[in-house]
Amino acid sequence: MELDPVFLSRLQFAFVIAFHILLPAFTVGLASFIVLLEGLQLFKRSPLYLRLSVFWTRIFAVSFGMGVVSGIVMPFQFGTNWSRYTDATGNVLGPLFAYEGLIAFFLEAGFLGIMLFGRKRVPPWAHFFAAVMVALGTLFSSFWILAANSWMQTPVGHELVDGRYVPVDWLAIIFNPSFPYRLVHTVTGFYLTTAFAVLGVTAWHLKHGRHVDEARAVMRMTVTFIAIFVPIQIIAGDLHGINTMHHQPVKLAAMEGLWETQARAPAVLFAIPDQRAERNYAEISIPVLASIYLAHSPDAVIKGLKEAPPEDRPPVAPVFYAFRVMVGVGILMLAMAVWGLWLRRRGRLDTTRAYLNACIAMLPAGFVAVLAGWTVTEVGRQPWVVYGLMRTRDAVSPSLTGADVLLSIALYVAVYLIIFGAGIFYMARLARSGPPAHVEMREPHLTERPARPLSGAHAELP
Amino acid sequence: MHLDLVPVWTVILGVAVFMYVLLDGFDLGIGILSPLARDDDARTLMMNTIAPIWDGNETWLIMGGMGLLAAFPVAFAIIIPAVYFPILLMLLGLIFRGVAFEFRLGKTSHRQFWDAGFFWGSAIATYFQGVVLGMFVEGFSVTGREFSGTSFDWVSAFPLATGAGLLFGYALLGAGWLVLKTEGEIQQRARQHATIALYGVLAFIAMVSVWTPLTHARVAERWFSVPNVYGFALVPVVTAGIAWITWRSLRTGGRDHVPFIGAMGLFAMCYLGLGISVFPYIVPYAFTLWDAAAVPSTQMFLLIGTLFLLPIIFMYLGWSYYVFRGKVTADVGYH
Repeated sequence: MELDPVFLSRLQFAFVIAFHILLPAFTVGLASFIVLLEGLQLFKRSPLYLRLSVFWTRIFAVSFGMGVVSGIVMPFQFGTNWSRYTDATGNVLGPLFAYEGLIAFFLEAGFLGIMLFGRKRVPPWAHFFAAVMVALGTLFSSFWILAANSWMQTPVGHELVDGRYVPVDWLAIIFNPSFPYRLVHTVTGFYLTTAFAVLGVTAWHLKHGRHVDEARAVMRMTVTFIAIFVPIQIIAGDLHGINTMHHQPVKLAAMEGLWETQARAPAVLFAIPDQRAERNYAEISIPVLASIYLAHSPDAVIKGLKEAPPEDRPPVAPVFYAFRVMVGVGILMLAMAVWGLWLRRRGRLDTTRAYLNACIAMLPAGFVAVLAGWTVTEVGRQPWVVYGLMRTRDAVSPSLTGADVLLSIALYVAVYLIIFGAGIFYMARLARSGPPAHVEMREPHLTERPARPLSGAHAELP
Repeated sequence: MHLDLVPVWTVILGVAVFMYVLLDGFDLGIGILSPLARDDDARTLMMNTIAPIWDGNETWLIMGGMGLLAAFPVAFAIIIPAVYFPILLMLLGLIFRGVAFEFRLGKTSHRQFWDAGFFWGSAIATYFQGVVLGMFVEGFSVTGREFSGTSFDWVSAFPLATGAGLLFGYALLGAGWLVLKTEGEIQQRARQHATIALYGVLAFIAMVSVWTPLTHARVAERWFSVPNVYGFALVPVVTAGIAWITWRSLRTGGRDHVPFIGAMGLFAMCYLGLGISVFPYIVPYAFTLWDAAAVPSTQMFLLIGTLFLLPIIFMYLGWSYYVFRGKVTADVGYH
């Protein structure tokens, strides 16, 4: 069998980004959550929030470290495997990546040391400031990398000169049509991912009767948070979908599983799409509904996959199923928010065992939704690397053989399985051990410090 | 009016790459020296000297890579696929050593594994950075705007040798850092290790200085033609002077900052020598800086932000170093 360097390079990129994105999906929200806890402990002078902050900062340290090292891999992928893409788009996308580094990564790295190790070296306000800077860094990072990604989805503000894209209007490039929607939808998704992870860990402590005071406080905060942000996310997702319909109609048709352009388009709940036969099998659908929620009119015409010639269509099944996974998780999250709010009003949030179990079961929900959503948008962009302009198969580095890429994938898989396996193991240990009983604060005498460095993963279980 | 921004970007990129080499150089050096630690406590202390700052140091690698992509896109598109496996192995090495900081504290019975990961990750990352350096000096096979060699061009005597040279170089930086940041027995041992590393570095400098002009007529011409030779002859003289000062400080137990500064000085001289040899190429010996430059609009758009941000970045990175200043001793742990 001939090994195809294009297919294998796509596989490799999908693998390294899927693992990487799990970490920002968690740390972007966690950094902001830690700012909240630090702010509460600073302004309320509350040791409870201090203990919570120390606890979540330990978990943050491990996940952020993994995010950094798996993130360094990403920009180099553009060069190692996608050099023709880099040559063609470098003038436009290069500065966006570089600004992510300059604005976001340095901010995170510059203040991370103080946030993790500096509690006793700097005054409390400076430590709080460092936490704010790290959180801002994660948000700036999301801004720039999603601007770059959005330009690949909805490219504007450039012109083509000798086969390469040259910038004409930087504001148009950065604030391209899909960017505001993608930014809001993704960052809200990251925040919810963190919220459900925090909720899951906290519910586990409550269920086992550990760290009850801390857990109660966090349960209330988190349930309020998801009750506000899950509905916002559903609206943001809907708007993002409508934006996709305008700018990437073929992707939307794949998400909806619609082959024919039609008025009164049905909402397809389930189907088995057949790319060759250009039709669905075993379809279950609700008539007219898609026209209503996409264009707010039953007679609205929704474009189908057949608008594009077969070679310009994405693989329908992965986009179609991933979209349903994402929406399904969203509905479950909404149910958790409503149920939690109801229990909270009845004063039974901390004692309803079924809800605690549901929270524990939903711990990975955000990660699933993020991966599914990412699959929808990235696979849905195919066969283009830059939508409508440059095909993925024309983007790969010409010097690579299939064997080269197979070897590199094998090495990435081997290393990532060890690193992520260990990382999840250590984070689970930290999460189980819970907040510390006592936290030493900065003392006037700087020489009196514990012998052992307290890093993120320091805690040993009894 | 067209302002030529290429020299500006050459300097910025040059500084970013040099910052990376110096800063991650010393903390990768700690990794290379880590198996030589007397015991577990000593190794923990060595790692504590860099725990709060290694992440910032490594950010310069991203900055160097993304700066190259933004300011000289075609250079990135040629060089990075040309160093496919060295980059891959470097990245995997950096992953292992990066997570080791946290993971080695996770479970005592796992510590040996992550300590080994810290050493091997650091050593492999360093070695393959040296390989990339060697390939850069040797030049790349280019056809049109694309790399036309194979992914195994790195299996060649010169890059394999420069990889070993960089191991000594980073070990020297790391040992110099330890002399600066530690006291007592750990510092004593760091001086011994620095001395050995210094001999290794000098041997490799000598080797490269002979090998490169012999195999590259262009490089020989650059250094030895009149009048260049009168100016460039200073480079080996100054290098020898720095080496001698460093060596004497290490032997006589001189002031604690001298070996680290001396090591940085040696790197600066090597970097200067590299620049003299390959200028004006960014893809030796196919694309000059000007051939590979991004369009003026791209260079200008990024330059405005960079000139504004770099001073701020230096300020808060400086603050981070300031907060963790001074000697790190066993009874002063970070938190």
